Amino acid sequence: MTGAPMVLAEKVSKNFGTNRVLRGISLEVDPGEVLCIVGPSGSGKSTFLRCINHLERVDGGRLSVDGQLVGYRQKGEKLYELKLKEAAFQRQEIGMVFQRFNLFPHLTAVENITLAPMRVKGLSRTKATARAKELLERVGLGDKGDAYPAHLSGGQQQRVAIARALAMDPKLMLFDEPTSALDPELVGEVLDVMKGLAKSGMTMIVVTHEMGFAREVADTLVFMDDGVVVEAGPPRQVLSDPQHDRTKAFLSKVL
Amino acid sequence: MSEPESDRMIESEPDRKMRARGGQDADTSSAEAIVAVPLRHPWRIVIAVVLLLGLAVFVLDAAQRSDYGWPDVGKYIFDRRISQAAWVTLWLTIYSMIGAIVLGLLLAIMRLSPNPVLKSIAWLYIWVFRGTPVYVQLVFWGIVALIYPVFTLGIPFTTPWVTVPNEIFTNLFITAVIGLALNEAAYMSEIVRAGLLSVDEGQAEASTALAMSWGQTMRYVVVPQAMKIIIPPTGNEVISMLKTTSLVAAIPLSVDLYGVSRGISAVTFTPVPLLIVASLWYLLFTSILMVGQHFIEKRFSRGTGRVKTGKEPAAPEAPPTAGPGAPGVPLGTDFGGKG
Repeated sequence: MTGAPMVLAEKVSKNFGTNRVLRGISLEVDPGEVLCIVGPSGSGKSTFLRCINHLERVDGGRLSVDGQLVGYRQKGEKLYELKLKEAAFQRQEIGMVFQRFNLFPHLTAVENITLAPMRVKGLSRTKATARAKELLERVGLGDKGDAYPAHLSGGQQQRVAIARALAMDPKLMLFDEPTSALDPELVGEVLDVMKGLAKSGMTMIVVTHEMGFAREVADTLVFMDDGVVVEAGPPRQVLSDPQHDRTKAFLSKVL
Repeated sequence: MSEPESDRMIESEPDRKMRARGGQDADTSSAEAIVAVPLRHPWRIVIAVVLLLGLAVFVLDAAQRSDYGWPDVGKYIFDRRISQAAWVTLWLTIYSMIGAIVLGLLLAIMRLSPNPVLKSIAWLYIWVFRGTPVYVQLVFWGIVALIYPVFTLGIPFTTPWVTVPNEIFTNLFITAVIGLALNEAAYMSEIVRAGLLSVDEGQAEASTALAMSWGQTMRYVVVPQAMKIIIPPTGNEVISMLKTTSLVAAIPLSVDLYGVSRGISAVTFTPVPLLIVASLWYLLFTSILMVGQHFIEKRFSRGTGRVKTGKEPAAPEAPPTAGPGAPGVPLGTDFGGKG
């Protein structure tokens, strides 16, 4: 554990009205580390993930990615909320994969991948397309470049979505239950792509229900419940020897 | 319509049953086709015959009735005054719709804005312009030059800096365009708003997560998908607008298709043939618009999985008659029209 952390959360909190969804989350993710977050639904896992790329505003505590405060700028003692443009600039470094893929249905696989690099980073169409084909090859869909999302299976769509996020060359990838909307027989192909990504040294935060994947790939497993981190540690230890009652209760239901 | 459907059912039923049984005899070609007397529908034939007879009687009668003035229809259908008036109607429609779409988009964005003042103003506008008849609105715009004879710029209740005579509302064509556009904008804004709301929130979220700005998200992700919802009713609105232009008589503007044909008939005392002439021109334009609408709808339904596009090299372009506008089916069944 040397060097600056990629993600540093200190007592992060988030409220929706009077509903306190995050109640002081503190954790660290080092570069190259794979962190898996598990926990019952409604425990704030997805909200925390969305806070990291400022899709949700953090209400309390400090959250920084690669040394930069997320969503705010500090000037002396005061915090200023970032302008939309500045927030967008921060997001370039963070890729996100959604539970329901959220591919753009009116664009082909290649167009889905090239849109942001062309519009945000100003890449030429030729360059962006070449890179898109390379990424599709990497997720095992080299022949599906011209297909529209509606003509792809769920697993294929999610792999295109991963390629789309990777096209922005992110330093950090966020996965929000990437296999929860998939038919069981399609889960494996998506997890394989994610394993490959983890092996290549990508820093990843994965909210998941796939305990097998967490055990095999994660460096750290975090169990969240009711807006707090209940337990964190190496996955084998947390899964086989949970210390906390709530962790035990949850694991007894899912394992 | 259901006749071919029932035929198909008879053929495919045994195939499906064979497969469902999942026996070793899955080769459907060996299944014996059912030879049966198809279900008869005698009432369909009776109703069709009665309707056709009625239509034939009406047409034969109308052809002989002198009041229709068919020779006059032939005489005036390509009259220069009529064709010029048809152009006026066409341009009235085009300008009014462009104005309505721009203003409607603005109103739709205002209604979706988090700013409560913008939201309320847009709501108020729509309430007023949708809640009063377009005829009444046109009469009002026709006399608005009397209420505001001059435009002034300056601090209220002091001597104005600049005073310009109101030349906008003294030009009847511009008045007509403004009157029609302001009314139509209220309807367009609701159509645009419904289109924007129909796009899944996850789309804007994914676009935002890819570091695209609000404008880029709208332009490249939300609006192209909203178009699929916006285009069909907008096509109906264009067709509806073409017909609504005949109400500019309320301003009173009389150089449009209906105004001119009425003007001619006032001199010749032959109202019926000139109404037929005007109707034929309106029908020509609405028919052209319906064909155009069909192709635009096809263009914007890319990626929905129902329509093959020429982009996929594997799938050869389907014959032009296939697709949503199936052969023999009228292109648009709704002629639009709320008035």
